Amino acid sequence: MDTFLQQLINGLSLGAIYALVALGYTMVYGVLRLINFAHGDVYMLGAFAGYFIANALKLDANPSVLWAILVTMGAMAVCAVVGILIERLAYRPVRHHSRLTSLITAIGVSLLLEYGGQVVFGATPRFFPQMVRSEIYSLGGVQITNQSLLIIVVSVVMMFGLHFIVHRTKIGKAMRATSFNLSVATLMGINTDFVIAFTFALGSALAAAAGVLVALAIPRIDPLMGLMTGLKAFVAAVLGGIGNIPGAMLGGMLIGLMETGLGATAYSTYRDAVAFGVLILILLVRPAGILGTAGPEKV
Amino acid sequence: MSAARKLFVVIVTTAILLGLNWIFEYGVGDFQVNPYYARIINLIGINITLAVSLNLINGLAGQFSIGHAGFMAVGGYTATYVTVYFGRQLAALAGSTLAGAAGASLVMVLSLIAGALAAALAGLVVGIPSLRLKGDYLAIVTLGFGEIIRVVILNIPSVGGATGFTDAIPITNFFWIFAMAIMTIVIVRNIAVSTFGRALTAVRADEIAAEAMGVDTTRYKVLAFVISAGLAGVAGGLSGQLFANPLNPQNLNFVKSIEVIVMIVLGGIGSITGAVFGATTLTILPEALRTFDQQFPGLRMVLYALLLILLMIFRPQGLFGRRELGWSWLRLPGRRPAIDGGVR
Amino acid sequence: MSTPWLLEARNVTKRFGGLTAVKALTINVARGALYGLIGPNGAGKTTVFNLLTGQSDLSEGEIVFDGLRIDGRKPYQIAKLGMARTFQNIRLFADMTVLENVLAAQHLRSRQVLADAVLGTGRHHVEEREMLDGAMKLLKIFDLDRFAHEPATSLPYGSQRRLEIARALATEPKLLLLDEPAAGMNPQESLDLMRLVRWLRDEFRITILLVEHNMKVVMGICETIQVIDYGEAIALGPPREIQQNPKVIEAYLGGG
Repeated sequence: MDTFLQQLINGLSLGAIYALVALGYTMVYGVLRLINFAHGDVYMLGAFAGYFIANALKLDANPSVLWAILVTMGAMAVCAVVGILIERLAYRPVRHHSRLTSLITAIGVSLLLEYGGQVVFGATPRFFPQMVRSEIYSLGGVQITNQSLLIIVVSVVMMFGLHFIVHRTKIGKAMRATSFNLSVATLMGINTDFVIAFTFALGSALAAAAGVLVALAIPRIDPLMGLMTGLKAFVAAVLGGIGNIPGAMLGGMLIGLMETGLGATAYSTYRDAVAFGVLILILLVRPAGILGTAGPEKV
Repeated sequence: MSAARKLFVVIVTTAILLGLNWIFEYGVGDFQVNPYYARIINLIGINITLAVSLNLINGLAGQFSIGHAGFMAVGGYTATYVTVYFGRQLAALAGSTLAGAAGASLVMVLSLIAGALAAALAGLVVGIPSLRLKGDYLAIVTLGFGEIIRVVILNIPSVGGATGFTDAIPITNFFWIFAMAIMTIVIVRNIAVSTFGRALTAVRADEIAAEAMGVDTTRYKVLAFVISAGLAGVAGGLSGQLFANPLNPQNLNFVKSIEVIVMIVLGGIGSITGAVFGATTLTILPEALRTFDQQFPGLRMVLYALLLILLMIFRPQGLFGRRELGWSWLRLPGRRPAIDGGVR
Repeated sequence: MSTPWLLEARNVTKRFGGLTAVKALTINVARGALYGLIGPNGAGKTTVFNLLTGQSDLSEGEIVFDGLRIDGRKPYQIAKLGMARTFQNIRLFADMTVLENVLAAQHLRSRQVLADAVLGTGRHHVEEREMLDGAMKLLKIFDLDRFAHEPATSLPYGSQRRLEIARALATEPKLLLLDEPAAGMNPQESLDLMRLVRWLRDEFRITILLVEHNMKVVMGICETIQVIDYGEAIALGPPREIQQNPKVIEAYLGGG
């Protein structure tokens, strides 16, 4: 039972990371019908941004929760800008081309960030400074690190924050309108270019937060770390229902739990394949995802 | 073309290829082919097969598949397995050994057939879920299958696992590479200009209208996958059994699939000539940049990525668009032909 | 020829969640008929079309085509049985030429196998030649042959509609369904269309069922007209009768 609870916490913690990244995918897909392949790499950039900021602040020597929060926010700000730049420079020029073209462009941006990262940061992994002193809590026989707890708590807070923005603010309403029908939203006077940029900024900020949080728990970061995580987060978004925000959270948690669960069994080398297996299964059985709604094509 | 004339063309082509193969391996007079260039030329041939086969599914059928490396892997590993574990017995059937021309040729053919069939089966497995999905989702599923295949192969010790299939016996040579490349071009071209090609293009253009005109869209999409995958399997079989070029799951991943995609995008999705051009250019280019790449690791991929992005922004139709280069004896008239025999 | 009707829709009902789009509809189309289905906007005409061609599934009822139950079958199977259609919003194969659009539709009646095409057998070449000739002949009827190698979408709107009809005919149908064939046409084009459709029925010996808004076209071409409103049949008969039917007048002019 203890190991089960342990794995549960681990799974939720991993799932929270996937959920944060998945949110960005789902929001962008919602407004643009584009799978932003580069999103996973923004997560990586978040980790690196956090790395440089934390080192500049010499946090290794004096870890503190307050500074950690500031580092996270710094990384989020940096990546928000990166997200806006990516959209403006690479995606907007091809927005009215075919979906295929946009997809290939997204793949290109992803590769650019990954290998560009290798060129700029070097391929060897770096070690993220310890921003928060590591502590282990014992709760009835189960050991939880404060990092895992922090990850879960911060993620949940951010998700509530996102929900608030999307459903209780004017910009959120504009986002929802744009996701229903871009051209009509434009006609209704919504500055869709701004809304799209904002969506990218928001999604990228969340991914950056995920990157920093993950680096807390697993301090090893490298330019290719976003690839697998990004793909799995995408699967999570599809699982929950792409374009659906609660769905992304749900999907993220489920994938995290499944992966951790499998990691504990004999088939742990197949861990990476789990997400893809799930993806294929869900697209066969219920393509709209768990919380998504399917729309018929009008003839 | 009558059957007799066709046979004549086949014989002449085979003779030419055999001649070139001889020159490749033994040189002519004092001239020897530089082994470095020979290798590049061989890789070009393999990549042509890969690119043209991908063009069938991405270009002609319009189904965006980014898991081509997976089919290459399935075919390659199957073919290599056949040679490694059954090669000696099979060669003996021809009264020869793996070192002898007859034995090696027989084993090559059999291994490629095995590889093609295995890859085609994989294409069936991937193609069937594909029929429900459109555009982006289809792409991700094919990616997923490619990764699953890779992970599975990684876990099979008898084919080398993570270190690659280094037990492979190098029976691939210039002749087979280019014979298969030409065969692939002919197959895909013949399909493209036939009624089947038009059916595929109709499905690509408007699935609902195509179905209303009587095209079983499911069947044709799956067919395209199966054939495309089978040909990729052939490329895999050739590649894995090329000297000092063992198959390795680390190399047959998403990035490899993207490399093939860049080839057809550069040449123009839907154009066979484009695919050949793209394959050639993008085999030579990384080699030309190799020293550069050693100094700055990752730079090669950065340039690839930039190329991809800039192409999409400024010339998404690639170099040839959907047009073909006219070589009348190849019966590829100037504009993309939809009718075999052309319009006179 | 077991029944006099080529197409029968018996008690066909279609529900979309809480909305009943088509209610217990019965349609009987005789062989060689020029049948019109009309009704005010939102009456459910296109839904009926989609039910007949297999694009949508029935909630209740059956559809019999040339003696065979076809409800539940896929559109391509129904096309193979001899029912072809055009679309309300033109759905040509956009990146193909005019000729290629027609050739693509001929694939249905092709008898070769893939191996024929790959190996370039005699059968393949002969059939390609036949298809080409057949396609050009069709295009000539519709006065589109001079545009054979133009991209299909470069044609003016009226020509695109004619091309869609030509394409549907290439599948050698017994029944041709036309979804608002005169939409977007000027009076002259509509007149020409009327003549063309009647000529098609006579020349190709096919049956034609059309859905249309343009009253002139309907009254001018059709020999039998069925009027539906809110998914239910409200009148059936020759044009004369329909024009004077009070229920029909009410449906179009009166009420909400």
